[in-house]
Amino acid sequence: MNATAQAQSQNTTHQAQTHHGNGERGFVTPPANISATDNGYVVEIDMPGVDKEGLEITVEGNELTIIGRRKTDLPEGEACYCESPQADYRRVFELGPEVDTSRISAEMNQGVLKLQLPKSEKAKPKHIEVKVA
Amino acid sequence: MKLLRRERQDRGALTSGQSGSAPGSELNHLRREIDRLFEEPFGFLAPSTSFFEGWTPAVDIYEDKDKYTVKAELPGMKKEDIDVSLDGNTLTISGERKEEQEKKEGEGYRSERFFGRFQRSATLPATVQANKIEAAYKDGVLTIVVPKSEEAKPKQIQVKS
Repeated sequence: MNATAQAQSQNTTHQAQTHHGNGERGFVTPPANISATDNGYVVEIDMPGVDKEGLEITVEGNELTIIGRRKTDLPEGEACYCESPQADYRRVFELGPEVDTSRISAEMNQGVLKLQLPKSEKAKPKHIEVKVA
Repeated sequence: MKLLRRERQDRGALTSGQSGSAPGSELNHLRREIDRLFEEPFGFLAPSTSFFEGWTPAVDIYEDKDKYTVKAELPGMKKEDIDVSLDGNTLTISGERKEEQEKKEGEGYRSERFFGRFQRSATLPATVQANKIEAAYKDGVLTIVVPKSEEAKPKQIQVKS
């Protein structure tokens, strides 16, 4: 892992396990993968049971907050066995200064949120041509 | 890199392997697996195909008078990669979650999501109608509706005077 990667992983903070204060439903922290490309970062988060309408993605300063609200329409009958968290998802990432927050894009596919966090033009590596004097 | 695990609050029965997880989590996983076997009301005796590497998606089961509804959390899969089968009263969900190829180009900083094969089985308490099972996959959740057989449905008995 290079120096930039280390800086990024330090910048990426994890919220506490469960939050309350959303009425009766709490929050769980969904698992995420982060990878980097030359142009920026890709964040993928597993949030089964959440559709596009249930997502709230906000950027405040350098803090990216993702909230995924599960649909609450439960099947008929009584739950006789239950493993899934009866909670919504929430995750907060601290962004490095190189991320261009105005160009973040999001895509939701079968319960997986994919965020593209492009680097600002300034932060991209540049090639400097050496002229022969 | 140290990862913070998502821990389930309501019960200690989350059973899932995780690649790249913190040391000691395999032991915790084993402990939870054992706890789960004792708590288990439904005979979910099927840990994933590979005990430590596998992925055990969360499953919920609902029952009403004429059917069971089984929900499994399988985010980001293709419909073709999910397999549902019924043997007697035992419903088995299996499949493989494949990692997207395009990701390979980038450098990974954090990897918490599960990939690979999984299998879950549930023995339903009453006999069911195998030919009327319906499965749907939406928003990363597989929903299987299993109707009970006629003889398993509760019957109202008229009391004669």
